[in-house]
Amino acid sequence: MDDLYREQILDHYKRPHNWGELEGPDLEFHDTNPLCGDELTVQIRVDDQGRVHELRFSGHGCAISQASASMASDEVKGMPVADLLKLDRQFILDLLGIDISATRMKCAMLSLKVLKSAGLGAAASWSDAETAQPNGYTP
Amino acid sequence: MSVSADSRLAAVAAQFPVLARLESGHPLCYLDSAATAQKPRAVIDAVSDFSAHHNASIHRGVYPLAVEATELFEGARERIASWLGSSVAETVFTKNATEAVNLVAYSWGRRNVAAGDLVVLTQMEHHSNIVPWQLLCAEVGARLEYVPVDDEGVLDLDALDALLAQRPKLVGVVHVSNVLGTINPVAEISARAHAAGAVVLVDGSQAVPQVAVDVAATGADFYVWTGHKLYGPTGIGVLHGRRELLEAMPPFLAGGHMIASVDWQESRFNELPFKFEAGTSPIAEAVGLGAAVDWFRALGIEAVREHETELVAHALGRLVEVPGLTVYGPPEASRRGALVAFALDGVHPHDVSEILARDGVCVRAGHHCCQPLMRRLGVAATTRASFAVHNSREDVDRLVDGLHTVREVFEL
Repeated sequence: MDDLYREQILDHYKRPHNWGELEGPDLEFHDTNPLCGDELTVQIRVDDQGRVHELRFSGHGCAISQASASMASDEVKGMPVADLLKLDRQFILDLLGIDISATRMKCAMLSLKVLKSAGLGAAASWSDAETAQPNGYTP
Repeated sequence: MSVSADSRLAAVAAQFPVLARLESGHPLCYLDSAATAQKPRAVIDAVSDFSAHHNASIHRGVYPLAVEATELFEGARERIASWLGSSVAETVFTKNATEAVNLVAYSWGRRNVAAGDLVVLTQMEHHSNIVPWQLLCAEVGARLEYVPVDDEGVLDLDALDALLAQRPKLVGVVHVSNVLGTINPVAEISARAHAAGAVVLVDGSQAVPQVAVDVAATGADFYVWTGHKLYGPTGIGVLHGRRELLEAMPPFLAGGHMIASVDWQESRFNELPFKFEAGTSPIAEAVGLGAAVDWFRALGIEAVREHETELVAHALGRLVEVPGLTVYGPPEASRRGALVAFALDGVHPHDVSEILARDGVCVRAGHHCCQPLMRRLGVAATTRASFAVHNSREDVDRLVDGLHTVREVFEL
């Protein structure tokens, strides 16, 4: 069994959950990983209690970034939008359940970045510091 | 002729200390020389020897050590200029190719490109030959147009002619594409551009280490390249510029050494090439690049080209064995530089390179600083294997074996 590309990661990569686009979402955020050109958009419909009612990811990226988005999408359904802002990198790392090298951390954290940014709305002030590596190394 | 048949290249891998290291427990299979080349012992020793025995500030001190440092630095410039068919006055040291393009876009561009003017680039340019022109065009209100790339990765010269009919001020073109591998007919492009009154800048970053380059024969008014891809140190690049243009251009960076005299209110500038070399130069790096040129010339560009073309042909022949693999660029090795970029259905390039790395195979994954070209190819990223003098057919075979492993891991 491959540690990084374990079955669950590949399943989410090949058949990502909550993938596609929403008509007229309440919240939306798009971002890219400028180092590799990967793109990810999240669209969220909010219910009348301010919870994530429905969400869709779209874009393209590697197995790690796609699986991270797919897994996170299952977890945040029903979550109060305000709680999206409290998500941290450990949330993603726990979902992935694998060791992520410094060079792949940006891939893993792209979904976290767009989720939190969508939660913040248009005035996103999410900082890159969240995914920055101690040695500043990026792929 | 195969690798082993050429005695000059047979033992060349042993000259690269880094190739002795293990990568993930395997011998290092370095297939990323288009990003940066590894350094042979001759270059490492030249840089270290300079720092140990010859270091001093150049051009000013009159003590023997300073004279020695100056001679080593200027000697490197002389050998580089003569190797590439340029001259000393027309050979400016820069930090890298990017800085060289910026120098031209700033000093020449802001004097010669005005509102409504046209700048022509190609769809296969590296970001370093796009973004400086975008900044210039945005600042002065000029237009940017691109010569399209056909499905084989070749420039559409009819489209170039149509753009030239609009009398552009500059045509910027890469000599060898860092993604497609395409060797562009730069002499032909220069001739057509000059006939239309345009100035030509050629980006030779990939070409200088991969194909025979004669700057004068390219017809380029500006020819830029970088040292670290020619087995030299980082931090040193070269701008070859036509003397009349360089003389008419204002300085790029200002400060020490680029002046002839400085008064309270104004200064007169130094002669070429020093006018464009403000501040203390990357001295050890230039000496190291000179050593790289000596070492590379001793191998001979014909032998290097033959060796790398053979590797590319072997790679093109074997990559078709991998199901779902698409190669970009011209189908024949003879029309390509020493690199092959490809896509593998169902696997992102990051994942390809991650899995290849487990077997010690180092390739580049991403957009290769060519996002507009990626858009033209309809992909977000590709995987690229690039070859150098120290690579062998076995390295190509390890790449192909690794790609089969990638497909197994992804259960394809």
